[in-house]
Amino acid sequence: MYSKKVLEHFTRPHNQGVIKNPSGVGMVGNPTCGDIMKIYIKVKKDSKKREVISDIRFETLGCASAIATSSMITDLAKNKTLKEALKITRNDVAEALEGLPPIKMHCSNLAADGLREAIRDYREKNSPCGIRTTEK
Amino acid sequence: MKQIYLDHAATTPVDKKVLNEMMPYFSQNFGNASSLYSLGQEASLAVEKARKQVADFFGAKEREIIFTSGATESNNLAIKGVVRAYYKKKKNKPHIITTTFEHHCVLNTVKKLEKENLIEATFINPKKDGVVDARDIKNAIKSNTILVSAMYVNNEIGTVQPIAEIGKLIKKINEANKLKAKSCQLLFHTDATQAVNYFNCNVEKLGVDLMSMSAHKIYGPKGIGVLYIKKGLNITRIQDGGEQEFGLRAGTLNVPGIVGLGSAIEKVKSLRQRRIRLGRKKSKIDEIKILRNYLIDKILKEIPDSRLNGSKIKRSPNNVNVTFSRVEGESLLMMLSQEGVFASTGSACSSGSLSPSHVLLALGLKPEETHGSLRLTLGKNTTKKEIDYAVKVIKKSVEKLRKVSGNVLEDYYKVMKHEA
Repeated sequence: MYSKKVLEHFTRPHNQGVIKNPSGVGMVGNPTCGDIMKIYIKVKKDSKKREVISDIRFETLGCASAIATSSMITDLAKNKTLKEALKITRNDVAEALEGLPPIKMHCSNLAADGLREAIRDYREKNSPCGIRTTEK
Repeated sequence: MKQIYLDHAATTPVDKKVLNEMMPYFSQNFGNASSLYSLGQEASLAVEKARKQVADFFGAKEREIIFTSGATESNNLAIKGVVRAYYKKKKNKPHIITTTFEHHCVLNTVKKLEKENLIEATFINPKKDGVVDARDIKNAIKSNTILVSAMYVNNEIGTVQPIAEIGKLIKKINEANKLKAKSCQLLFHTDATQAVNYFNCNVEKLGVDLMSMSAHKIYGPKGIGVLYIKKGLNITRIQDGGEQEFGLRAGTLNVPGIVGLGSAIEKVKSLRQRRIRLGRKKSKIDEIKILRNYLIDKILKEIPDSRLNGSKIKRSPNNVNVTFSRVEGESLLMMLSQEGVFASTGSACSSGSLSPSHVLLALGLKPEETHGSLRLTLGKNTTKKEIDYAVKVIKKSVEKLRKVSGNVLEDYYKVMKHEA
């Protein structure tokens, strides 16, 4: 039921682990549905002063497709500018994995959301006035 | 690659001898058991032989054995058939008692009848050890209760329910009702699908009026099962057509399947007799049980943060169900499958419905604990060597998945606590 690509990324996930002192962290999912995903990013400015994801890592508790999508998003987002990274959609992740079983498209395809959360976290921490933009 | 099959509660391979006995009924003696010429009558004789084999095993009469397409159909017929028959005579809404951790074919049948406003239903929760207390069932009985349906052995956690005890108490209630000249008889149904291999299925001893089973769990073919219906019981067919199976189950008889079922049950019977002859220590059932205990102990000892779900004592000899914290079951299954170990899980991610195991939730497990469950069910050909290999692979896979999941679960609860 899983594509070869999903199994590849599930068996040997890329960029698995944590980043010490990350620029941003995003956590999505919940224990009830079974998948929890945490994306860590390190952001640096490149020569043109653009914000670039220089390193990205993940930790995921979840099914094979949750792990594979986590691994794939790290590949897709690495060395991208934040602007480019924000354009990565759930569908992009699924397509890069040569498709996901229909039932997994919603529940385990959380990686794009996780990345967006991590970028939001980074921007909050680095907002010009030093105030969190979405204070609860 | 090695293939280690540890999912015998899902299905079993057809025994070679069983298959050989089935073979002539596909192309040679292919007649319709309802046809009157010799070819048909040969098929009919084979069906009646199997019916006798089943009846003998259940301690029942041949007339009380109905062949169906499997336990799902048997359970549907038992429950819906009793309700239909009830409405032929009476009008006030009847009440049915079952448990919260039945197989879906019982649970969903009862829930559907309830939704259609045809019955009231009470669902009894098992205790934490996965065993229902017969007193809870007794306390739920009302004046309009017509049926109690309780499984013999749970398919996920293998726990054994006190069927004979429930049977006794229902018999008592019926006798008391008779004295009071109350006409409403309380019927008792059990789904014995997971029990036939290992437990006494004598209907008198159990005190059941209806009992379901399926051939493919006992080294017989798929697509064939039985419903035992006690003589004189008020039940109506739910599938219309011909008059097969004493008018209770329309449809051309699956002759090769029926022959296979009879033969498979004969094998179970001879294993039991061997056990009586040679003593417990030399029997297959006890061999499996020893291996199972070895497997449980090895997992709990070698893999940290693992625990057994359901009672270890009141448990089917072939069932192991464990939860590993910080691991999700579907990914564990996938990893085991890549190493040739085949098992199953209560994780939502592996079910078509994306809902976690209702059995483990009924035991009081948290959703994440059900997601991290692994069921291993042994068979008559499982070896110690296979168990050793399986545990090695499980251990390696759990370690790997725990590395991938890191501390996310802990982090999640920290954030939740903080936000609360």
